[in-house]
Amino acid sequence: MSKIFAQGLVCPLDKNNVDTDQIIPKQFLTSVSRDGFAQAMFYDWRYLADGKPNPDFVINKPEYQGASILLTRANFGCGSSREHAPWAIKQYGFSVIIAESFADIFFNNSVNNGMLLISLSKTNIELLFNRCAQGPQQWQIDLQSQEILFGNNAAMGFNIDADIKQRLLSGLDFIGSSEQLNPQIADYEQSRKASQPWLG
Amino acid sequence: MAHNDTAKTLYQKIYASHVVGKLNPSTDLLYVDRHLIHEVTSPQAFSGLKLANRSVRRPDLTFATMDHNVSTQRRSIDAAGDTSRKQLEALAANCAENRIPLLDLTHPDQGIVHVIGPEQGLTQPGMIIVCGDSHTSTHGAFGALAFGIGTSEVEHVLATQTLPQQQAKTLKVEINGELSSYVTPKDVIMAVIGKLGTAGGNGYVAEFCGSAIRAMSMEGRMTLCNMSIEMGAKAGLIAPDQITFDYIKGKAHAPAAEHWQAAVAYWQSLYSDADAVFDQVVEIDAATITPQITWGTNPEQVIAVDQSVPAPDSFTDASKRDAAERALAYMGLQPGQKLTDCKVDVVFIGSCTNSRIEDLRAAASVVQGKKVAAGVRALVVPGSGVVKRQAEAEGLASIFKDAGFEWREPGCSMCLGMNDDRVEAGQRCASTSNRNFEGRQGRGARTHLVSPAMAAAAAIAGKFVNIAAKPQGEQA
Repeated sequence: MSKIFAQGLVCPLDKNNVDTDQIIPKQFLTSVSRDGFAQAMFYDWRYLADGKPNPDFVINKPEYQGASILLTRANFGCGSSREHAPWAIKQYGFSVIIAESFADIFFNNSVNNGMLLISLSKTNIELLFNRCAQGPQQWQIDLQSQEILFGNNAAMGFNIDADIKQRLLSGLDFIGSSEQLNPQIADYEQSRKASQPWLG
Repeated sequence: MAHNDTAKTLYQKIYASHVVGKLNPSTDLLYVDRHLIHEVTSPQAFSGLKLANRSVRRPDLTFATMDHNVSTQRRSIDAAGDTSRKQLEALAANCAENRIPLLDLTHPDQGIVHVIGPEQGLTQPGMIIVCGDSHTSTHGAFGALAFGIGTSEVEHVLATQTLPQQQAKTLKVEINGELSSYVTPKDVIMAVIGKLGTAGGNGYVAEFCGSAIRAMSMEGRMTLCNMSIEMGAKAGLIAPDQITFDYIKGKAHAPAAEHWQAAVAYWQSLYSDADAVFDQVVEIDAATITPQITWGTNPEQVIAVDQSVPAPDSFTDASKRDAAERALAYMGLQPGQKLTDCKVDVVFIGSCTNSRIEDLRAAASVVQGKKVAAGVRALVVPGSGVVKRQAEAEGLASIFKDAGFEWREPGCSMCLGMNDDRVEAGQRCASTSNRNFEGRQGRGARTHLVSPAMAAAAAIAGKFVNIAAKPQGEQA
């Protein structure tokens, strides 16, 4: 496996508290499928009321077409637990999101879809936005060494939970890993029934 | 006094009692006592399960309802629209195939998942409860560890009845003193969110305690815990007490008579030890809390109703200043404006935050004998069939209907507008729900979160009202 988890164009979304209602509005949640959400991503910001693309929204700008790394601010993904939000972002083409912080449920949902979410200090996020202000950026993300590579030997390190790193690197099966503990689950159920029979 | 290492918070006690085993040094596999599911976040989980040839491990610990996209005009899946009907049918088929109990639209008790869980006695102290819905935090009011999960996690719980978790940090929110009249649990949690911010609880489980919390009914405690997700907390928790036990007793899924005493004895052990250490402590004097209203597009953008809309310049943090500017533009408001001068177009009383019987009583007491102002569209959406029947029996429904409110069938309704209950672009809505995000109630909709009494007063006056300033005698 390549040591580069992802590489590509960076799209800077300069907003705090981007909630999952913005990432994918309600009208797209009636689907029973996991697919087909790319067009719905950031719908109300991305399209005008008449359905035409909003030229002022950063995602629609010509210089950010084909971006695969999303840079944003604090508390990204707050609000509803809808996993449709990371589905939409991933299906659009982003595999990495860099932000000052993420809402907990959104973070877990994204990891469960094989996405890499990088949290950095406010100062470092500011530095990254400054880089983007100079013109479109192409970065590489080295998950093994935990670095964002800017080219010309410039890099910025990041922290990541060891368990999540392992899961992203080896592609561990989320349910399958827990099923390894099936005997313990059965034991737990037995003692639960004995000590708290009212729980069912 | 030396710190006692064995002292635990309520969260730590519940967490420890559910550890099935360790997946790696930092991650435990926790057992799930109740898994609540609904139509929107479960279909992909069931298909995933089928694709991997897995079955539902504990259908007897799984409970389903239809709530998010149901019509509140007519109790029929045919009234929901074509794509929603297909989603509701998928839930019914998945439940039938896997023998999962479902409160569908033909069931008299059907309603919002976080209203019916407690109502049916499914929610009990000390449990771990999960649901593919962020407002699962509601159930923390009973001293259960309850939190929202995504669809991949729903699939995981269906397959294994467990969930991988890491220990969260602990936050104590202690609220002592007495709330003034007209100040409700909704105002309390909105004031807490205003103080801590929408991300203030990220990574934490928040435990609410203090005399003001002990004095609250279960309905009030549910409102409080419901919105703990709006400050980013993983869960909200309140230690169970006699008020909790009395609420549960006699409910359909409450512990059977022969287990009741043992259950209560166990529940009485569920509190944070006196010398337990929290990672963060916040103390609030209940007497300082006044009726709250949001002015912006996230729940931390909140003021007391008698305050003026803040100027972006008043925020020292550049990103908050920027957010305030955008919010004011979206909301069509000016700095310094009083919301009590602001007309409302729509009033929504409902949602998993405020659709329980006490909420409807509070709203009805404001409405009684009065009329909805001309030009205002007002609706009351009870949280469940049980709430609806009780409100009708108590005469609350007639009070609302006589005043000109629409009296609807149970569902999530205009809180998120997945069905046809939406706020039009540019319209201003006084809403008892939980999120004032851009477009939440409809594209371009302007949402102001308030308590049921404040929403009711806005419906009558046609504009926001400082109910605390109103002389009580006027109600007659």
